[in-house]
Amino acid sequence: MDEGRGVDEAATREVLARVVREHAGRLAASLVSLLGDFSAAEDLVQDAVETALKRWPVEGIPDRPDAWLLVVARRRGLDVLRRESTYRAKLTQLTWPVPAEPDDRLRLVFTCCHPALSRPAQIALTLRVVCGLSTAQIAAAFLVPETTVAQRITRAKKKIAEAGIPYRIPAGGELPERLGEVLAVVYLLFNEGYLSSTAERAQARDLVDDAEWLAALLVGLLPGEPEAAGLLALIRLHRARGAARFDDAGRLVLLADQDRTRWDRAAIGEAIALLTRTARTHRRPGPYQLQAAIVACHAEAESFAATDWRQIVVLYDLLLGLAPSPVTRLHRAVALRYAVGPEAALAELEELGGALERYPLFHATRAELLRDLGRGAEARTSDARALELTANPAQQALLEERLRWD
Amino acid sequence: MKYVLMFVETEQFARDLEAMGEAEREAAYAAVGRWFAEHADKITHHTHLYPVHTATTVRLDGGEPVVTDGPFVEGKEVVSGFAEVEVADLDEALVLARSWPACPIVEIRPAS
Repeated sequence: MDEGRGVDEAATREVLARVVREHAGRLAASLVSLLGDFSAAEDLVQDAVETALKRWPVEGIPDRPDAWLLVVARRRGLDVLRRESTYRAKLTQLTWPVPAEPDDRLRLVFTCCHPALSRPAQIALTLRVVCGLSTAQIAAAFLVPETTVAQRITRAKKKIAEAGIPYRIPAGGELPERLGEVLAVVYLLFNEGYLSSTAERAQARDLVDDAEWLAALLVGLLPGEPEAAGLLALIRLHRARGAARFDDAGRLVLLADQDRTRWDRAAIGEAIALLTRTARTHRRPGPYQLQAAIVACHAEAESFAATDWRQIVVLYDLLLGLAPSPVTRLHRAVALRYAVGPEAALAELEELGGALERYPLFHATRAELLRDLGRGAEARTSDARALELTANPAQQALLEERLRWD
Repeated sequence: MKYVLMFVETEQFARDLEAMGEAEREAAYAAVGRWFAEHADKITHHTHLYPVHTATTVRLDGGEPVVTDGPFVEGKEVVSGFAEVEVADLDEALVLARSWPACPIVEIRPAS
């Protein structure tokens, strides 16, 4: 019985999240346009969302969730903005359905991800304003106190108002860089949700849903930008293999050991089709498209042994050409281990020691290569160092097990 | 909106400027002159500060005002000038700051 109710609650939570996500951002976008005040508009939407999260699970989701949210936000606005008579006048004009306008959520996204805001502020604002998450939900997803998130959002909204951060889509020349900022936020969100997800922490999956939804929203609103589609494909390719990432005991399973029958082949096919279509239409490869292409190589392989490692090394070379980074070089070295051999990979790795000294995966990879080459004692030292550095429980368990085996 | 762009010099920048030949330095100053001319319609006021060794600081937080030689904070980065601009929003101020041709750091603050 209890278990059944748990499933029901999870299902309700998911439906609620979906409905709120679909409507909260739109309402925020029209209210910001109407009032010309980002902070006031956002407060009203957040209020309506919190009311919905309390009442919908009891009363059921209304037939017209957008109309419901709008009515609550307007009533609240007329109530709290008593002194701002211009706001009141504007709010009384607001009726449902809101006249069909081009989707304003893009302006919302660019404001939330403005480079003049810190990354944590961009993430919290985007989740709250664009996806309609409550402060409590954001705090739970990031395992930080609610007051921290609330403060971050208050400060960010204050900065938007006082520093004059505009509510607009960046002009042509600025767009690539500003879009890069937005995609980085979505990608971080995805990583946070994906990496911190374990069997027990099922609620962290919400962030992955949000990240995929945001990426899809961007693809819809910016059809001329192939990197948005690249990021969406990347997220979908990872998610399609999510079921095989943990064993029944909740332990992380490495790519080589994953049960590939648990991968969602249909979803993999669709994501690869999106990636191929994007590449053909735009012929403008970028870091997200290349990363997705690398994941696609893994996802397409029937078995770990059948992986096209040479192709993966080539893709990493292209990626390094566009976006040089020591972490990418580390991943390339892993591919090199299978395309060429552990010796070549280790030689690559030794050049990265300075840059990646505090990166647990560097030491874990180094340990594996040393073990391949029969240098067990050095491998143990590297594993121990990796264990010292990682805070992720699933990674910790894996490394501890490896140390026990030796 | 009104913003103040604060131009910040680094020690490296000062050294580079020092090491320049006559012609090179003139070209650098000319680039700054062009920047001010190009954006004259947005710049309402600007000030160039003399180097920090000319600074005098007065501290009023004790009993009597204390006068000392030097800037209020010793640092490798020092403000060398200001420009007050009138633009629509932060993005426009950012466009100006990005095109600044001289010292390597520009801080933007809304002002009233």
